[in-house]
Amino acid sequence: MYASGKYSSRGPALIPRMKTKHRIYYITLFSVVLLGLIATGMFQFWPHSIESAADWTLDKRSVHDAPLVHLPVSSPIPERGDLSCRMHTCFDVYRCGYNPKNKIKVYIYPLQKFVDELGVPISSTGLSREYNDLLSAISDSDFYTDDVTRACLFIPSTDVLNQNSLRIRETAQALAMLPRWDKGMNHLLFNMLPGGPPDYNTALDVPRDRALLAGGGFSTWTYRQGYDVSIPVYSPLSADVELPERQPGPRRYFILSSQTAIHREYRAELERLKEENGEALLLLDKCSNLSQGAASARKRCCKGQVYDYPHILQESSFCVVLRGARLGQAALSDVLQAGCVPVILADSYILPFSEVLDWKRASVVIPEEKLSEMYTILKNIPHRQVEEMQRQARWFWEAYFSSMKAIGLTTLQIINDRIYPYAARTYEQWNNPPVVKWSSVNSPLFLPLIPPRAPGFTAVVLTYDRVESLFRVITEISKVPSLAKLLVVWNNQNKSPPEESLWPKIGVPLKVVRTKENKLSNRFFPYDEIETEAVLYFNYLYTYKMPGDIKNWVDAHMNCEDIAMNFLVANITGKAPIKVTPRKKFKCPECTAIDGLSLDQTHMVERSECINKFASVFGTMPLKVVEHRADPVLYKDDFPEKLKSFPNIGSL
Amino acid sequence: MQAKKRYLILLSAGACLLLLSYLGGVQLPAASRSRHDRSRTGYRPDQPWPHFSDPLHLFSPVGHTDTEEYNLHISPRQKRDGTASVYKGKRCRVDSCFDFAPCQRNGFKVYVYPQQKGEKISESYQNILSTIEGSRFYTSDPGQACLFILSLDTLDRDQLSPQYVHNLKTKVQSLPLWNDGRNHLIFNLYSGTWPDYTEDLGFDIGQAMLAKASISTENFRPNFDVSIPLFSKEHARTGGDRGFLKYNAIPPLRKYVLVFKGKRYLTGIGSDTRNALHHVHNAEDVVLLTTCKHGKDWQKHKDARCDKDNAEYDKYDYKEMLHNSTFCLVPRGRRLGSFRFLEALQAACVPVMLSNGWELPFSEIIDWNTAAVIGDERLLLQIPTTVRSIHHDKILSLRQQTQFLWEAYFSSVEKIVLTTLEIIQDRVLEHGSRSSLLWNSHPGGLFALQPLVTNSHLGGFEKLCIKPYPKFTAVIHAVSPLVSQSQPILKLLVAVAKSQYCAQIIVLWNCDKPLPAKHRWPATSVPVIVIEGENKVMSSRFLPYETIVTDAVLSLDEDTVLSTTEVDFAFTVWQSFPERIVGYPARSHFWDSNKERWGYTSKWTNDYSMVLTGAAIYHRYYHHLYTNYLPTSLKGMVDQLANCEDILMNFLVSAVTKLPPIKVTQKKQYKETMMGQSSRASRWADPDHFAQRQTCMNKFASWFGAMPLVHSQMRLDPILFKDQVSILRKKYRDIERL
Repeated sequence: MYASGKYSSRGPALIPRMKTKHRIYYITLFSVVLLGLIATGMFQFWPHSIESAADWTLDKRSVHDAPLVHLPVSSPIPERGDLSCRMHTCFDVYRCGYNPKNKIKVYIYPLQKFVDELGVPISSTGLSREYNDLLSAISDSDFYTDDVTRACLFIPSTDVLNQNSLRIRETAQALAMLPRWDKGMNHLLFNMLPGGPPDYNTALDVPRDRALLAGGGFSTWTYRQGYDVSIPVYSPLSADVELPERQPGPRRYFILSSQTAIHREYRAELERLKEENGEALLLLDKCSNLSQGAASARKRCCKGQVYDYPHILQESSFCVVLRGARLGQAALSDVLQAGCVPVILADSYILPFSEVLDWKRASVVIPEEKLSEMYTILKNIPHRQVEEMQRQARWFWEAYFSSMKAIGLTTLQIINDRIYPYAARTYEQWNNPPVVKWSSVNSPLFLPLIPPRAPGFTAVVLTYDRVESLFRVITEISKVPSLAKLLVVWNNQNKSPPEESLWPKIGVPLKVVRTKENKLSNRFFPYDEIETEAVLYFNYLYTYKMPGDIKNWVDAHMNCEDIAMNFLVANITGKAPIKVTPRKKFKCPECTAIDGLSLDQTHMVERSECINKFASVFGTMPLKVVEHRADPVLYKDDFPEKLKSFPNIGSL
Repeated sequence: MQAKKRYLILLSAGACLLLLSYLGGVQLPAASRSRHDRSRTGYRPDQPWPHFSDPLHLFSPVGHTDTEEYNLHISPRQKRDGTASVYKGKRCRVDSCFDFAPCQRNGFKVYVYPQQKGEKISESYQNILSTIEGSRFYTSDPGQACLFILSLDTLDRDQLSPQYVHNLKTKVQSLPLWNDGRNHLIFNLYSGTWPDYTEDLGFDIGQAMLAKASISTENFRPNFDVSIPLFSKEHARTGGDRGFLKYNAIPPLRKYVLVFKGKRYLTGIGSDTRNALHHVHNAEDVVLLTTCKHGKDWQKHKDARCDKDNAEYDKYDYKEMLHNSTFCLVPRGRRLGSFRFLEALQAACVPVMLSNGWELPFSEIIDWNTAAVIGDERLLLQIPTTVRSIHHDKILSLRQQTQFLWEAYFSSVEKIVLTTLEIIQDRVLEHGSRSSLLWNSHPGGLFALQPLVTNSHLGGFEKLCIKPYPKFTAVIHAVSPLVSQSQPILKLLVAVAKSQYCAQIIVLWNCDKPLPAKHRWPATSVPVIVIEGENKVMSSRFLPYETIVTDAVLSLDEDTVLSTTEVDFAFTVWQSFPERIVGYPARSHFWDSNKERWGYTSKWTNDYSMVLTGAAIYHRYYHHLYTNYLPTSLKGMVDQLANCEDILMNFLVSAVTKLPPIKVTQKKQYKETMMGQSSRASRWADPDHFAQRQTCMNKFASWFGAMPLVHSQMRLDPILFKDQVSILRKKYRDIERL
């Protein structure tokens, strides 16, 4: 063949000369393999969005696909639940173990549909929207693991949020059938509506062995402090209604009662209060002309006038949250969302997340028998405090109440904090709205409370090559009685410091540190040699916590290190520095020469620029202006100089 | 040749195939880890929660209310009474075992039973009782009382102890006011005895509350009992030693990481964890030592490790370890709490708790995670890794918090007892209780009284002072009648009213003569309010008058001479130091070693520790503290002498801040020159006056338990004060001219 001849004439060909039939065969084989390889490669390394996009269309899962599990009548029932359970007695901490991230791993059982022997399901409603949201949120979180062997906490997929829809005995049997149940150890159940008529127990009635209960409506007698978690009753309105945050301040009504399920005795008392105090109180009930349903949940009425709920809550400073048959009320969530301060009347109720939330900052708790004194009690709260409470209430809702996700993850975080207490969030972190702060330094480090009682300071002298003036400084400063140590930072890499024998002889240790680069920031490095606190603390912050690129800027421009330090300290302390004594000039005469740093013209211009630059990095101007200066007590007083402690001040 | 090429192509095709299968093969297990991929393959048991697309029910049907049903229910009042009768004994709560009525009627008053003849009371319990009797809560009238304290010593309920009080049951039952223990508080440090050390007190406490050391979470009745720390006989009654932290080292590491030194019990309970400590001990930076030597016959029970452990134990000095370790192990002993806890706290050695189920002291108010590492006995072997993993910043803040907590709540029996009472008071008078922030930050809950609480949401005490209202209220203390128009008080009024920062002037009329007519006061641009003093006593000048609307109070004597400039300058200085007293007349204290007592001096010295309230600015919160925090004994002394109120105020403020006051630019002979001229009745002229002040100093110091005053050598002057520049450039030039 001509072609083959041409190939062969070019030397070693890729396709060896052979019979055409064979050649086609080989070419085909080769290209198939090659194509396959390319396709695989593409599939492997193509951005995964394509894959998941395709996936979403495929992921049409239905709860009806869940496998059916028949519960034999004789299936074991867990014990009722031990009131003495605590983390150290009923929780297996070995499952959580040491973990560098200090994060517990949570496993969720796959969805199963439990039915009794007759095929009747254990729950009348099955999986609810809220429980599904909760489990999805957990499975999307960092807590989640799909490896049952690595899990520290187990969450059944059986929905027990509302006890009313459950068959108690069968639900308990279903729990006991879970493969890792093991007496309920490390299992967590979420329940928001416990108990049922007529007694309305304050905890889930389903027997559950040692399982932890995240319950909405605990009383002090059913809540196992440090073991159970008290959670809010989620209000479905949270998802449906948007209430924009309102500025705190006085509102149209002083007290608003909007609940519909109020016992007639309490309603009578509220009406009496209304009579006494008139317009300040608004007392709403459900609208009699509306049929029950979604629409009626969004309306409230008073004497024929219709109000939108929950919007009306925003019109009041305080909103009553009275116990109903149950202690936990979904209305609490609506009230917080509206930024109305809840007035909680539910004796012995364990408030939601009370283990970590300081409800004193966001609510007023009044004993039920004091309902009649409510008005007087609330009137005594200063306006400023009411405003703070309004703000805090709204923030509690946003952070911990607004969605099933928020409720679920808060619950897990609380349990997590018990297991890794040394990595736990502090009470303040739980309760303080995150204010916009300078991000890199947080002030727990700061220590104004314990003024150091150790005497003495370390002098740090930054020098480049002016040995004569350096020695003079050293000699002078060594006369100070409280000097503990002297540290010379030798910032000249081209020249060695003078021989040891040439240095002035002083009574305190003198150390010379040679730096690797001539950088101004070297002045503020927290050298190991500095042992006194006086210098050290802010050096540490300067070196490691200075925001943005300020440190580099200072070193690049050889200027403004002192201004940067002032910004840093003022920003943390919120205070001005203190000028001591009248002295204004601190440079030796010879230093005014051209090589002197501070007197250069451009240097001063640059320092103005520094201030603007630093203020923009800090996002604020932390420097404060004051008009005072610290002098010795008897400064310039008509008093014999020799009797003064600091007689020479002001003479220079 | 051809064969070779054919092999080549086969080989490369084979290689490609291999590669293909490899990539494909890798992809499969990788994909099985990706959740989306898996859900595609249908239902599998170990999968993450799927995103169900079905419409689901709501957990609580919308619009459903249980009103009707609920209204058929018994009345809530009946239900309350029902629970109150059911939950007794171990299930007591304030709702069921406490009577609020007397507390709301009379306030939080505490009654101590009179001591009976022949009853021995241990020194510790005596200290507790005398603290309560000296506190502002005390009442001698049981009819007024909200809380009752037994005079029977219940601290040591170990039957083998010499302090054990016998027949307590009968003695308690025979008390006429016992009322099944309702509204009683029982203090206890030790309960149970060898070998099991139960938490039973050996007598029926009825519905009484417990303030108990080493209480377990199982027995602790939340919001009812109070967990107190175990303290020794030697624990100071008042004042107490300060924390040992003198300065902060950075990095905050000490010679040892973790230390412990204590007994290992060979018989009876409490040593499970201590027995295992040797596994963690490394004789270098983790030094955990136990000794078997305890009791008389320890050698009978001695085990294989004893000799080795005992020898190692004797090699180390406990004090040395305590001061040189970053963390200190606090494992359970016979009981859950041990002395090691307070020792570590004071020594700024961060406690590492290994005592499962211990309800930590004052757990209701203290966030212990900020001052201690709460370990789990079951994870003993992980403890070294855990503490080593704690970041330096965190160690620094833990260490400082140990010092704050020690000084605020633990350093003396008095603080422990007062904290206990304050916690109960917060429960009883719930609206108005302190927020956790106040308890956990400087100066602590004991100094945070009602009016501060109303600002609690601003943050701790420090934050309260961050942005004070930029004006002041002057309070002039008037004691002499208005006879002439040239009296200093009128000049003072005019000068102060001219200050740009003055919001209002209050004249406190503490003179026996009736109020002068309105027109006798000079016309001023700010309102002048004249208040008739309550009982005309000295302490009334520090009452928290509601008319004081500003944060700053300028306190003045009627004969004070001040210029407007001076007032302005002092106020600008105060704005920088709102938590301190800022003012003019400075005095000093000293220890008179000849007389072995504190001395008071008004001589010109190089330092000072008090600024007299005859011309000083301070936060109005100190009016509340003076009135509500100080005991009637001290305020009564001040009123009786009509003297020393300024000294007492200085004691109080320095006790809160632990800082000296601030003197601003000297105005020479501010009061001394004035005395002879105008106010004949001036108390300063009285020779007894000075002697009284010496007495006051010592009386106050003994109540505070220590000398709270701090010396300062600093005076704050206007920035160009007496500088060699033109007077026209000086803002506060009048101060120099004086």
